[in-house]
Amino acid sequence: MNIASEVASWFAQPQNWSGSGGIPVRFAEHVYYSVLALLAAAAIAVPVGLLTGHTGRGGFLAISLANFARALPTIGVLTLVVLGMGLGLTPVLVALVALAVPPILVNTYEGVRGVDPQVTDAARGMGMRGGEVLARLEVPMAMPLILLGLRTAAIQVVSTATIAAYVGIGGLGRFIVDGQSQQRIEQILGGALLVVALALAVTGLFTLLRRWVVAPGLRRRAAASSSTAS
Amino acid sequence: MRNPTRPAAAAAPLLLLLAACGGGGDPYSGGGGDGGGGSGDAIVVGSANFPESTLLAHIYAKALEAEDIPVETQLDIGSREVYHDQVAEGNLSVFPEYNGGILYYLDPEAESGTTEETNRAVRRELPDGLAILDSAPAQNKDSITVTEETAEEHGLTAIGDLESVAGDMTLGAPAEFETRPQGVPGLKDAYGVEFGGFRPLEGNLLVEGLRGGDVDAANLFTTNPAFTTGDFVALEDPQNLFGSQNVTPLINKKAVGQDAREVLNRVSAELTTEKLIDLDARVQIDHEEADEVAADWLSQAGLD
Amino acid sequence: MVEAVRAALAFTEPLWGWAVQSWQWGWSNFDDPVGPMLAEHVLLSYASVLIGLALAVPLGVLSVRYRVVYPPVLGGVNALYAVPSLALFFLLLPYTAFTPWTAILPLALYTLAILVPNVVDGLNQVPDHVRQAAVAMGFGPLRRLLRVELPVAVPVIIAGLRVASVATISMVSVASLVGLGGLGGVILTYGFARDFAAPVVVGIALSVALAFATDGLLVLAQRALTPWARDRGPARRGGRSARRRIPGTGARAREEAAA
Repeated sequence: MNIASEVASWFAQPQNWSGSGGIPVRFAEHVYYSVLALLAAAAIAVPVGLLTGHTGRGGFLAISLANFARALPTIGVLTLVVLGMGLGLTPVLVALVALAVPPILVNTYEGVRGVDPQVTDAARGMGMRGGEVLARLEVPMAMPLILLGLRTAAIQVVSTATIAAYVGIGGLGRFIVDGQSQQRIEQILGGALLVVALALAVTGLFTLLRRWVVAPGLRRRAAASSSTAS
Repeated sequence: MRNPTRPAAAAAPLLLLLAACGGGGDPYSGGGGDGGGGSGDAIVVGSANFPESTLLAHIYAKALEAEDIPVETQLDIGSREVYHDQVAEGNLSVFPEYNGGILYYLDPEAESGTTEETNRAVRRELPDGLAILDSAPAQNKDSITVTEETAEEHGLTAIGDLESVAGDMTLGAPAEFETRPQGVPGLKDAYGVEFGGFRPLEGNLLVEGLRGGDVDAANLFTTNPAFTTGDFVALEDPQNLFGSQNVTPLINKKAVGQDAREVLNRVSAELTTEKLIDLDARVQIDHEEADEVAADWLSQAGLD
Repeated sequence: MVEAVRAALAFTEPLWGWAVQSWQWGWSNFDDPVGPMLAEHVLLSYASVLIGLALAVPLGVLSVRYRVVYPPVLGGVNALYAVPSLALFFLLLPYTAFTPWTAILPLALYTLAILVPNVVDGLNQVPDHVRQAAVAMGFGPLRRLLRVELPVAVPVIIAGLRVASVATISMVSVASLVGLGGLGGVILTYGFARDFAAPVVVGIALSVALAFATDGLLVLAQRALTPWARDRGPARRGGRSARRRIPGTGARAREEAAA
């Protein structure tokens, strides 16, 4: 109970809401790093996933690379890049992109591969070309899984971006790392709660996005086949 | 050197899983220190997770071993909060510490002083089961350090010289430096120095930050081997804001007998700041392994 | 041609240097600290996943029996998954100190977000006729669960274990920030703190190798535990048909559950 009220008073203190070390600035930094990493990861993983899924070539290689990236310890990647390039945002982004690529890539690939061949055959029979089949058929049908991959990646990135604080840049991790060295438990908890809140907001955002982007018929089917976490 | 405790400590959770199945009581009574079982009377030397601490732990362990005193090591433990409790509980018996570090941990408001003053204050503050042995002449102090370039540009030799320029500078230091009395508040009180910005960084990141211009001044430790390259200047501290930081063994009184105490005191007597910087450089710049460097020095000093 | 090869070699020379240097460092320091820290890594990660499984099975069974339980359970484990590991390690530190629990408890909790949905999916896909056959044979609820439903769910549960173990093995290293991270200690204390890339590379390589080896072990375990699935081997490899037969086990089991 005591600790809960300490956390509450941490949130209530006006000086925690102002200045370059305040909650709004740290929150914005955290969102900035996360969005940057997610966009970079999507820019790599979505095209590769679509292409390998569509052509059926290189899929094994792409999935193997994704599995390799997933097994990489984030701390190792981060420190190795810092040793090579010095401080800054780049090492953090490299580590986060390595984290975000696998779920996006695997889900995009599986999404496209999972489109019923009878449907694509029918489309070809109607005279669609490869590119058209991909754009008008496979991408929309794979969209639920692509979004799922993006959401998984986004949540992992948001929760892991806290390690940016370890290499001296901002974000919500600052509250956690500095709280530890200054022995302020309420600040560690406050920072952790903000990260969870951001992750929940991301989940909500993707639920909305799903309504917006996925065709209603597919939505019903996808909901039936993989009752998603949300 | 062999490190018998670590696998034992790591095995504990699996053993516990088995024990939990059998409905055992509190199988995890000890820390990693006595996890091996049957080694209750060995001296357990701990270290924090930075290279100099590990090196000093190896030196202590090997010196004790040379006198046929049974030793185990439990290296790379995180923060002071954790390892102090472990020494107090007897899971660790000896820990390489710094007298000022212990003092400010026990009493954050303590005055800084000479080695003797600091040790007197530490002995007063330490809880019953703990003690410190003789301090080594070797010190590893806090500093405010700038690049040689910055020092020349602004004519800086002592911390006080920063007064007029610090406003445009960013200081890099571990996060706790911002709030603790010997940190940012102390710089203001003792020297009237207030930095324009503060960036929380630790250990090697500070060196990277100072070298790369991410920060203009850094709270480096004076034995940091980065000083041996000559690019960095540690500014003088005439007010003795940072106090004494002599290498000093912290012990659990019950676990460390008289013969072991004498061995450790002989080690401390030989260890000077110059020697420590030299040994640190071998580990951190030449990338030799700490246990070999430790063995080497002990034989040079005639302690093996 | 020779020029091109030479240029390529020159370009990648730092990499080769790293590789050779890392190999040498890892080899000559295997007794201490690399081997013991690898052992610690194995035990921290395996204990976390096993404890996670021990929690996930009852939670999953409950969620299937009483449908109302599932949404709150799922929401809870997903929210836990979003808590930064660093914060959990720091928060546990005062209570569990440098006992392995500081690393194991958070990591075990994280696996729930992956394992619980897979246990639920695995149980849900037990065909009705199989369940009815078990009832007809006079199996009570508990025996039916242990002898029929869980064995049928094994492939899906193991799919979850594969995701969870790889994620856990790569996450253990973060605990080295509190002095408990297995190979993370090699990376930070022996490598990064000394401005020395070789131990960092060794730590990464061994961590990845451990993840792959564990994955292989789980595949073997699945074969051993589901002998009836072996005859259908080629059909299962087909991917598409397998996915349609078992809804929600394809990509979902691999990645989505982590959310």
